Amino acid sequence: MTPRSTEDRLVGRSVARREDPRLLTGRGRFVDDIALPGMLHAQFVRSTVAHAEVTAVDLSAVRQVPGVVAAFTAEDLGLGDITARLDRPLTEFVPTAMPVLARDRVRYVGEPVAVVIARDAYAAEDGLEAAKVSYAPLTPVTCEDQALAEGAPRLHDDAPRNTLVDVSLFASEGIDAVFAAAPCVVHVDSRTGRQNALPLETRGTVAHWDDREEQLVLETCTQVPHQVRTVAARCLGLDERAVRVRVPDMGGGFGLKCVVGREEIAAAAAALRLRRPVKWIEDRKDALTASFLAREQHYDVRAAFDAEGRILGLDADVVCDMGAYSCYPFTAGIEPLMASAEMPGVYKVPAYRVRGRAITTNKAPTAPYRGVSRPQYVMVVERLFERAARELGLDPVEIRRRNVITDFPYTGVNGITYDPGSYREALDLCERTVREEGWYEKQAAAAAEGRHLGIGYSCFSERTGYGSTAFAQRKMEVVPGFDLSEVRMDTSGAVTVTTGTMSHGQSHETTMAQIVADELGLPLAKVKLHQGDTDRITYGWGTFASRSITVGGSAVRLAAAELGKKLRRIAAARWDVSPEETECGQGCVRRRDDPSMSLTYEQLAEIAYLKAHLLPKDIAPGLTGTAAFDVFNDGTFSNATHACVVELHEGTGQVEILRYVCVEDCGVAINPQVVEGQCRGGIAQGIAGALFEQVTYDAQGEPSATGFMDYKVPTAHEIPDVAIHHLETPCAFTETGAKGAGEGGTIGAPAAVLNAVNDALRSTGVELDHTPITPEAVHDALRRQRTLERAR
Amino acid sequence: MTDAATDLQLMTLDVNGEEHEVLAESRRTLVDVLRHDLRLTGTHVGCEHGICGACTVLVDDRPVRACLMFAAQAEGARIRTVESLSDGTDGCELSDLQQAFSAHHGLQCGFCTPGFLMLAEGFLAERPDASKEEIREVVAANLCRCTGYQTIVEAIDGCAAARRRAGKEK
Repeated sequence: MTPRSTEDRLVGRSVARREDPRLLTGRGRFVDDIALPGMLHAQFVRSTVAHAEVTAVDLSAVRQVPGVVAAFTAEDLGLGDITARLDRPLTEFVPTAMPVLARDRVRYVGEPVAVVIARDAYAAEDGLEAAKVSYAPLTPVTCEDQALAEGAPRLHDDAPRNTLVDVSLFASEGIDAVFAAAPCVVHVDSRTGRQNALPLETRGTVAHWDDREEQLVLETCTQVPHQVRTVAARCLGLDERAVRVRVPDMGGGFGLKCVVGREEIAAAAAALRLRRPVKWIEDRKDALTASFLAREQHYDVRAAFDAEGRILGLDADVVCDMGAYSCYPFTAGIEPLMASAEMPGVYKVPAYRVRGRAITTNKAPTAPYRGVSRPQYVMVVERLFERAARELGLDPVEIRRRNVITDFPYTGVNGITYDPGSYREALDLCERTVREEGWYEKQAAAAAEGRHLGIGYSCFSERTGYGSTAFAQRKMEVVPGFDLSEVRMDTSGAVTVTTGTMSHGQSHETTMAQIVADELGLPLAKVKLHQGDTDRITYGWGTFASRSITVGGSAVRLAAAELGKKLRRIAAARWDVSPEETECGQGCVRRRDDPSMSLTYEQLAEIAYLKAHLLPKDIAPGLTGTAAFDVFNDGTFSNATHACVVELHEGTGQVEILRYVCVEDCGVAINPQVVEGQCRGGIAQGIAGALFEQVTYDAQGEPSATGFMDYKVPTAHEIPDVAIHHLETPCAFTETGAKGAGEGGTIGAPAAVLNAVNDALRSTGVELDHTPITPEAVHDALRRQRTLERAR
Repeated sequence: MTDAATDLQLMTLDVNGEEHEVLAESRRTLVDVLRHDLRLTGTHVGCEHGICGACTVLVDDRPVRACLMFAAQAEGARIRTVESLSDGTDGCELSDLQQAFSAHHGLQCGFCTPGFLMLAEGFLAERPDASKEEIREVVAANLCRCTGYQTIVEAIDGCAAARRRAGKEK
């Protein structure tokens, strides 16, 4: 069935975004824009110490502060804990019970201890200052070495050596012999800084009890509305039906909002207790110090190569510093298991051994930030290839060319089957682009002047469209994967579409509508997407893991096709022909044998709803199509090659990006402009991690970055323009041919930047393996090297 | 006028050409009064310490961080917010600047967008001949986490170029 001729198709076109007019005119509705009659405001008393027993919480003075209406401790509210679990033995996984408000113990600076409710946000903050919390300090654990040390203080009683996850997913037989015999073995020891995903809109919620619906309504900015509903219901002791989560416009998320926050549950509890609406809006200081952080990992990885530069084996030890608690629903396993499962990436790696650990420390907990371990392991693997190329005297692009997967489907040493991609083609095109732009000549000319220009590449793929099957391998207690959709036509022939995914900037209102409009042959304006409402959408897993277009987009297409079938059955019955003799297109159902015979959707909708007596007995009134979509294989792999050209300024240690090229393949691009936006934005976040952003902690566990003066978010000064080239290897099993496009930019950028920096440093003998590559880091490394050279 | 007991202050604010009387605490910021007292929620709050620029509005035609200014300080000034940019009887007709943001995909989640729009509106009024590099300098005043900035710069540059072309044709 081809409801739309090729030239009329909306999929593949950069149609204008449906979201734009309201967002541009200030008519979007974000969570802090919501005001309900009688609404109160919540703020949290937070721990000022990293690790301590809480000996007393005295809120009596808080309750005397003008404007304060109430103040609650954990004991006052009596809420259940948030506990995320993996279905693994205690030797591999230790769950953590995260209380909504800390009870007898605090585990990081910023942990919520009590909630203050006041008539406005100013008075709530006044209230915080009157709170008295007494602590009996415990020794803080602030880094990997302390956490893993013999006899280290324990954050959680069940977790010896503060280890929450310790899993060895793969250990190829004979791998030690492979390394012993290999002509070239290279090693990378790399640490990545703790980051904040940093949506410009902080977290927030407005909670109120609806007496008529007998429901708690939580308007909250979350990527996972149904998961918030589950946790809220469990913690508050309500049926899930009695909780309705609605998501307003969302100012970004990037993973930080795909886990359930304790503050939204506490605000809900307060709203129930006071029977008044309660709003909580996180301030930036809390967002930087006390929400969910990300990325801090340590990789100790060796790779063996033969003399021609073909990789023989990969041997990895990964430690992820997850902070104080496992996040719900993913657990602390999300990062080490992602790294362990996928590290071989785009390369034909014959032997692989990996140990992945998650440790707990007295720092704010972490959430799966855009890319999830892949920015880190791609950086490490790409460093290994560059290092091997240097040792073997090979060109860094050539060594990759000899190793990338070219025959698909390919089943790797990690047991994953990769669907077709353009790994080799992307690499070749990216290198050709850099070469044709003359960067190699510019590099040579700069070197002649004593300047440091470097060119770096990264070559990677990204598994997207994880279905239930793939997620089940992670052994989560709750297994995400499928998505549901309903497409409903009204009596005027317009349709509303539901999705369980949750856009927070990714333009789903546009792209999902493009898919449905094509399937039914409708103008875009006749299709409206509904997302983020647990009452309107039976169930959904939200937006993360670049799953929305692959899984959600497939579900909406299938649901639209189901509606199309019903429209054709009704029309066929009118004409007394079989439905196979009809087709949908251009807003009507036509007879194939005589396209002049047609019934418009409006006419068919009139029959389905307003003149149901005309329907045959076997066709029920109403016009809806519903569908579920799941992926039953290992998912679909988007791929890309990035190239970055930097100039390193020796005097200041600053890295300036001169050029950035991205060749990407996400299969069929539903809306190319949207895909490019995802690439560029992702790359900007990758660069942020590579060069600028880091939350550090002092020995007492006090976070260093409490505002944007300390946490350096790159601006238009630092982020370069990005040239994007598209390749298209359609996915065979998503309904649109699309692969995920949300995270690739962030995954590839740190590796490309780090490789470029090291290329620029080539003449100095310095190599850097940690991020962020701050001016101080460059300066220190160069100074150490000079000291070494003088000593020789 | 100050009420000593509650520190409430009656002020008159000129916002988007309309006069508003507001009774608010003297510590209340301009952005909170705009958003929560006048319900002009198009202006957003991203950091409350003057770095991110999501709260940028025009005060006497100049871009200002509305989170760093008390509402009382804005008395007697002309304040413009994102709600003033669009036109038409329904207020939804996009200005050329707003259209350029959409055409260049200069927004994704849209949270920082009103701040960038008001920054650009103020800047282009003062410097209609600004080069793309100068526009980039100005764009670097605000933070965006979604776009990587390139399309914001292109949108503002595209709008400025179109205005110059239109000016020449006249």
